[in-house]
Parts: sequence; structure tokens; C-alpha cells
Amino acid sequence: MAAASAAARMLPDGGADDEERWLAEGIAGVQQNAFYMHRALDSNNLKDALKYSAQMLSELRTSRLSPHKYYELYMRAFDEMRKLEMFFREETRRGSCSVVDLYELVQHAGNVLPRLYLLCTVGSVYIKSKEAPAKDVLKDLVEMCRGIQHPLRGLFLRSYLSQISRDKLPDIGSEYEGDAESINDAVEFVLQNFIEMNKLWVRMQHQGPVREKEKRGKERNELRDLVGKNLHVLSQIEGVDLDMYKETVLPRILEQVVNCKDDLAQFYLMDCIIQVFPDEYHLQTLETLLSAFPQLQPSVDIKTVLSQLMDRLSNYAALSPEVLPEFLQVEAFVKFSNAIGKVIEAQPDMPVVGAVTLYVSLLTFTLRVHPDRLDYVDQVLGACVKKLSGKAKLEDSRATKQIVALLSAPLEKYSNIVTALELSNYPRVMDYLDISTTKVMAVVIIQSIMKNTTCISTSDKIEALFDLIKGLIKDMDGAQDDELDEEDFKEEQNSVARLIHMLHNDDHEEMLKILCTVQKHILLGGPKRLTFTVPSLVFSALKLVRRLQGQDGDVTGEDVPATPKKIFQILHQTIEALSCVPSPELALRLYLQCAEAANDCDLEPVAYEFFTQAFILYEEEIADSKAQITAIHLIIGTLQRMNIFGVENRDTLTHKTTGYSAKLLKKPDQCRAVYACSHLFWTDDQDGIMDGERVLLCLKRALRIANAAQQMASATRGSSGSVTLFIEILNKYLYFFEKGIPQITNTVIQDLIELIRTEKQSESTVADPSTEAFFSSTLRYIEFQKQKGGSIGEKYEQIKTSS
Amino acid sequence: MVLVLALGDLHIPHRAPDLPAKFKSMLVPGKIQHIICTGNLCIKEVHDYLKSLCPDLHITRGEYDEDARYPETKTLTIGQFKLGLCHGHQVVPWGDLDSLAMLQRQLDVDILVTGHTHQFKAYKHEGGVVINPGSATGAYSSITYDVNPSFVLMDIDGLRVVVYVYELIDGEVKVDKIDFKKTATTMHA
Repeated sequence: MAAASAAARMLPDGGADDEERWLAEGIAGVQQNAFYMHRALDSNNLKDALKYSAQMLSELRTSRLSPHKYYELYMRAFDEMRKLEMFFREETRRGSCSVVDLYELVQHAGNVLPRLYLLCTVGSVYIKSKEAPAKDVLKDLVEMCRGIQHPLRGLFLRSYLSQISRDKLPDIGSEYEGDAESINDAVEFVLQNFIEMNKLWVRMQHQGPVREKEKRGKERNELRDLVGKNLHVLSQIEGVDLDMYKETVLPRILEQVVNCKDDLAQFYLMDCIIQVFPDEYHLQTLETLLSAFPQLQPSVDIKTVLSQLMDRLSNYAALSPEVLPEFLQVEAFVKFSNAIGKVIEAQPDMPVVGAVTLYVSLLTFTLRVHPDRLDYVDQVLGACVKKLSGKAKLEDSRATKQIVALLSAPLEKYSNIVTALELSNYPRVMDYLDISTTKVMAVVIIQSIMKNTTCISTSDKIEALFDLIKGLIKDMDGAQDDELDEEDFKEEQNSVARLIHMLHNDDHEEMLKILCTVQKHILLGGPKRLTFTVPSLVFSALKLVRRLQGQDGDVTGEDVPATPKKIFQILHQTIEALSCVPSPELALRLYLQCAEAANDCDLEPVAYEFFTQAFILYEEEIADSKAQITAIHLIIGTLQRMNIFGVENRDTLTHKTTGYSAKLLKKPDQCRAVYACSHLFWTDDQDGIMDGERVLLCLKRALRIANAAQQMASATRGSSGSVTLFIEILNKYLYFFEKGIPQITNTVIQDLIELIRTEKQSESTVADPSTEAFFSSTLRYIEFQKQKGGSIGEKYEQIKTSS
Repeated sequence: MVLVLALGDLHIPHRAPDLPAKFKSMLVPGKIQHIICTGNLCIKEVHDYLKSLCPDLHITRGEYDEDARYPETKTLTIGQFKLGLCHGHQVVPWGDLDSLAMLQRQLDVDILVTGHTHQFKAYKHEGGVVINPGSATGAYSSITYDVNPSFVLMDIDGLRVVVYVYELIDGEVKVDKIDFKKTATTMHA
């Protein structure tokens, strides 16, 4: 019995010591009388057995014990009574005493409580003997039990009756089934016992001093399962079919629940009804069941019970899709929706969290039962907005959590944000969230898009989306910057950057609109956000440029909005915003990307402009020497690939680039950048540049710088380390030697090899193994080329690799 | 037998939202002994993800990497092979085989792995191997048009390395296999 575990939880109170003593006395009384009873049973002395059992049961007449102590005592007596019942059964079976006589005999017990326990016990034997119809005996017993009006004693007595009669109800298919009507008697018996027990249970609240009201509530709560057990018995009766439930059982139970006007009983019993009876019954009696809710006491926690009911039915619908038509038939959504409206109206003091919890349950129900009814979903959100309206932003964290659940549910269900964007009330609900939760919700929305790889393909929808995630896009009024966690901020902004790639349309015009929309929003983000969001926009735009580039040349004229030129304008503005942040290194990279894209679109002035911007940033903003090295390599690499520049533009840009290269801080870096510049003057394309003179100039300049580096190193540190620069340059010579630059002859290369040998020997310290390896692998390469034979082999023939 | 995952140029979140789901489901922790990444991840989340696949992670710096601590080049020895790693934006002309060969000689490696062009490549060169695993996300590139997401798995066993290339073409993963044997003549002194 659940009361036992409830008893274990009880905390000792003030009179605990006394109570312990009283219980001990009671148990002693039970044991002593049980001892004599056993002796009487052993000697088949019926008279003594009755006498001592009655005395034993008298111990249950005490009023001094709390429910859980009383329960302990009751259980002792209960065990003894089972033995007595077996004795009675034996006696009647052997014929030494008829059950009818026994039934009369036990009524001679002096006190009413023992008498009724004995009567119930014999009654059980009586039914089993089938000498009288079960229904008559049960009716008699349940009536007789009215004799005990003390709540605690009465509850346990009736619980005893319930216990011994449970397997003897004249149910359909039971061996005790009587005529056609007997099922009604079974139900009637249990209902009556339930009603009486509930009355006793409720009355308990109103006995004793007012100051102990709370304690009584607690004690009563421990006894609730004694009452609820009856509902469980009802649910187990075979004969209680849907009709019987609908016509008799549910109305009778609800009548008692409503009329008892006790909030503890109402809450517990409504919950119990929902738990013990099948979902199908609830669905078919929804109207009746829901109509009880507004009649309950205002203090009853209706939302929990109602949520339970909706959750149960949602699960039922989810697990058995074949019952969905029944949900439609009974208009479950409308019924729930109305019931919630009424409950919220009837309980104006219900906290926001309670109301929102109800809407979450209703929404879950709707999404499972009517996934196609987006209007229902919006209606639920609308009702929630109505409840929230007139209030400021939510501060109750539990309510906030529920709102997040409310907003997340449609995302999970539809796994497509586009659906949620159609819900007009969705953003209105979001408006009630505080700033940090708005952000959390925005991240949830973005994650949902990512998880389902949802493509959002119109600028209107993107407007709506950006409205939902505005907490991430720009600073909100009242946001406290100092509370911002940098890691969180990064993660949020990176998720926005990822999102931008999901905003896409194959139609060029619409895609351009999308880009403009995204640009408009992200430029509001302020310096902190631009470094995260601008690159995504730039590359999204460059992808469109490439798509347009594949089209026919007829893309000029004002009537065609989506032209590469137009997009380059957007790109220019966007990157400019970034360079003001300032984030010059990133902006420089993006400008170079644009320059190359403009090159591919044959837009020389545009490409030149992007290069100019990149150079301005290089000159004015990039001061860090390491950043300069990377930037200069990117400039050289990009410029090397450009093929649209006319001679003049090209000269300007290459001149600048070699100038920057020679001005890097460290000599080795200068040297490497300068020899890389040699590639600006020799390209392999069909109409490529082939200026051997200037290639050689670059390489010679690199050699001079390497020399200078070598001298500086030996002067300051007495060591070298720069020999490797000579080997690198040697490799460049070999590169252009193979390309066939006339100025680079095998003599030049031979001289360089000798120079490196000399430099190596002049090194005062031990040779660096990696330099050695580089040199020998270069020489090995020369040998390799020699062995190739043919024109290459011939070219290399003259070069000697061994000294 | 040692499995080495080589990948790079993910450009998350600048150019791609994430790795393709099909790749993610193939790349599970515990199967790979080393990861070599040419760079351009670009953010910490991606670094952490790679680390979760295999703790032995080697990364060189791409020009868009948030983490400035990655080195420009890196060499490591796995079994009988010496591997060199570099993003490749430093090697002009970009993707040029002869220029990469110079880097290979400089680093003195058997296998050179570079990125930057977003184009998968693997070839024998002067007795060594030059590999570009392409872009694992199929990111936009100014150099290569129509980039397919790709990565490389190297199975190194004694003197033999089998290079498996995984490429995502129209939603299907295609696998190619290239076999290399290191011969005694290319052994280092």
C-alpha cells in the first residue's frame, strides 16, 4: 500500500514519543489477543475465536494515532484477520457451522467497529460460498459500514471492505456474476464505497483545532491512495465499457468530486481519473470531463491536471495514428482551447507560468494531433499573446522557460523554419522575452535551420527571419554589454555567419534582393559583429557573381538589376564598412578576392579599384610585420593571376608590390617576397607576360638582400642561417632556367652553386642539418633532371653538382 | 598500418556553414591516428571538432585562420615517411607544381601536403608525393571553379602509402585510390 511508503516519509512531530508508546500498546494488545485467538483456532473453539478477535479489533478503536501509525496497527490486525477468514472458510466447508449462522453470530460482538470487521470477513466467506448472491452481501456490507462515521476508522474499515471484496465483484465473466444486471451492482458497490470514503476523507479536514490545519492536510495527503484505490478498482472492472463509463461511472465520480468542494480531493481525484482510465474513454467523454474543470475550487492547481490530460492524449495520438479521426470527430482541439480559456478566466490569479504551461501542452497536443492545422498553432500562440498583453517583458524564469518551449515546439515539429515564419503570432510572443532569452531563442532558430539544412529563399521571409533573430544581429536597447561573455558572443555571431549561407535562391534577381536584405541588416551590427558576418556576405555575393559570369554577355543596361557590376558595388560598400571597424587584414583579403572575381568578369577598372583599396589598407593600416608578410604574399599571389590589366595599370601595381616587398622589416622576409615577385613578370598563359629582364632583376635583388642578411647575421650573432636563402634563390633560378629565360644560363647557375658552397664553408658554426638537406636535395634534383634526358637533360648537362 | 586524415580549407563559417553531413557521418572518433590540416578552418569550433576526431592534430596556418599560433610550415614523421605540411598561399604561383616541388625539397619530405587551391591533387613528383586534399566543405575559391567537397585518407604501411580520396559529387561520395611506394633511391641520406 502506498500509505506505507508515505508513512516512512513522515517526520516525527511534537507528540511522537507519546504516539510511539500508544502504538506499542496497541500492537501489544493485538498480539496478545491474537495469541489467544490462535489457541482458540487450534482447538476449533469458535466462541473464543470470536471473542478474542473482537478484542483484538477493539485496538483499532483508538483515536490517538496519526494516520501512518494507525496504518501500522491496522496491518497487524489485517494479517491476523486473514487467518481468521481461513478458519471460517474451513469451518463452513466442513459443515460444522453454516455461513448464514456465522453471519448472524458475528453480529453479537459488543462494539460496532470489531463487529463490522468481523462481518466483512464472514461476508467474504459468504460470497465465496455462493450461498447468497454477491451483490446482496456487498450491498448489505457497504450499508452497514455507515455505522462508522469517524473519518480515520471509517476509511480503514472501508478500505478493508474494498480489499476483501475486490476479487469477488459480480463483474462480467466473473464466477460471481449474477443476472444481466449484476454488473450494475458491482459498479454501484464500488462507487458507493468510493463516495463514502471520499466524504470521510474530506470531513477529516474539518475536525480538530484550526491551528493544525496544515498538518491535517499533510496527513490526509498520505491517505489519498486509500480513496483513489476505488477508482482503480472501477477501471479494472471488465463490465465498465465506454457506455457504462460515459453514462454512469464518470458522471457519478465527477459529481462527487465537484460537490465535495475540497481542493486536495479535487486535485488528486481529477488527476487519478486521468491516470487510471484509458485514453480512449477520455477522448470520448472529453466534454463531460472538461466541463468539471471550471467548477472546481479556485485554489485547485488545474493547469497541472489539464496539462496531464493533454499530454496523455497527445501521446495517445502519437502512438496510435489510427485514432486521429476520432480526435477530429470529437473536436478535441476546440474543446481544449475553450476549456483553457474558461479556466484562465475563472482563475485570474493564475501566474503567467501556469497559463503558458497550459498553452505549451495545448500546442504539443495540436502539433501531434493536427499537424496540418497551422491556423490552430497560430491560434494557440495568439491566445498566449493575449494572456501576456499589457505585461512588461517576462522576468519569471520559469515562465520564460515555458515560452521557449512554446516557441521551440513548432520548430521541432515542422523542422522547417519557413513554416514558423508564417505564424503571425510567433514574433509577437517573442517580444515578451528578455534580451538574453531572445538570443537563446534566436540561436535555437538558427540551429533548427542548420540541422534541417533549410534553405530560405525569398527576401520577405529573410526579413521575417531577421526580425526573429534581431537579438543577435544588433545591439538591443537596454542590453548590458559588460555582462557579455566573449566566447558566447563569438559562437552566436559565427552561427549568424553560417546562417547567411542558408539564404539562397537560384533566381539571380531574387538572390540579389536577398543579398541587399542581408547587407542592410548586418551593417546595423556595429563594429563587433561585422568581422564575423561580412565575410559570409562577401562570399555569398561572389558566388552570385560567378553564376552571372557564366551567362551570356548581355548583362548591361538598367533593366537588368543583377549584374556583376552591381554586386561589386555592394561588395565594395560592405568591405569598406569592415575596413572602418577597423579590421584591415580581413578587409584586404576580401578586396583581393573581389579583385580576382572582377578579373574573371573582365572588369578592369573594378579590379583595379579593389587592388587600390587593398594597397591603401596595406600602407595605412597594416603595421604588424608578420601581418605584412602574409598580406604581401597574398597580394603577389593574386596579382600574379590577374590577366586583364593593361600595361600601365599592371606596371603601377607590380611596381608598388615589389616596393612593399623590399621594405619588409626583416631581411629574409624581404628576400623571399622579392624573389616571389619574379613570378609577376613571367606567366605561362598563352598571351602571358614574359619579361625575362625583370625576372632576373628580381632574383638579383633577392641575392643582394640575401648577401646583406648574411653579413648582418655574422656581424651580430657570429653565425649564419641565411645560406638557406641562397638555396631558395638557386631553386628559383632553376625554375626559370627550365622555363627557358634566355638571361639565365647554366653558367649563372653554376656560379650560384659555387657561391653557396663557399658560404657554407665560411660558416663558423656547425652546418645546419636542414640547410644541408635542402642543398643536397636540390643537387639531387639537378641530377634527376640530367638523367631525364631529352631537351631538359641536355639543358642540365653542363651543370656540375659535385665539387 | 596507420591512418592519416588530411584535409583543409574548410572556411567555416566564411564560405560554408559546416562540413557536409555525409562526411561528418564518415569521420568518427577512434579510427584515425593522425590528422593533418593545411589550414583555413577558420574558427575554434572547427578546431575542437577535429580534435574530437583525433587528438593528434597538426595544423598549419591559412590566411583566414582565427588562431595566429598555427605555424607556416610543419614536418612530421609517420612510419617510414616524412611529411611536410603548409597551407600554400605563401607559394607563388599558387598551386604551381614546380614551386611546390621546391618547398618539398626545402622541407626535405617524402609527402608534401598543401591546400589553398581547393582542388584535389595527388601526384608523384621526383620520387616524392605531392597532395592537395581540396576543400573539405567545397568552399568557394577564386582559383578553382565548381569545387567539390573532398578530403584525403592516407594509409601508411611500411614503405607503402595508399591515398584514398573522398569526393562528394552531386550528393554521392566517390572514393578514388592511389598507390605509392617509396623506393630505396629516394631514401634520405
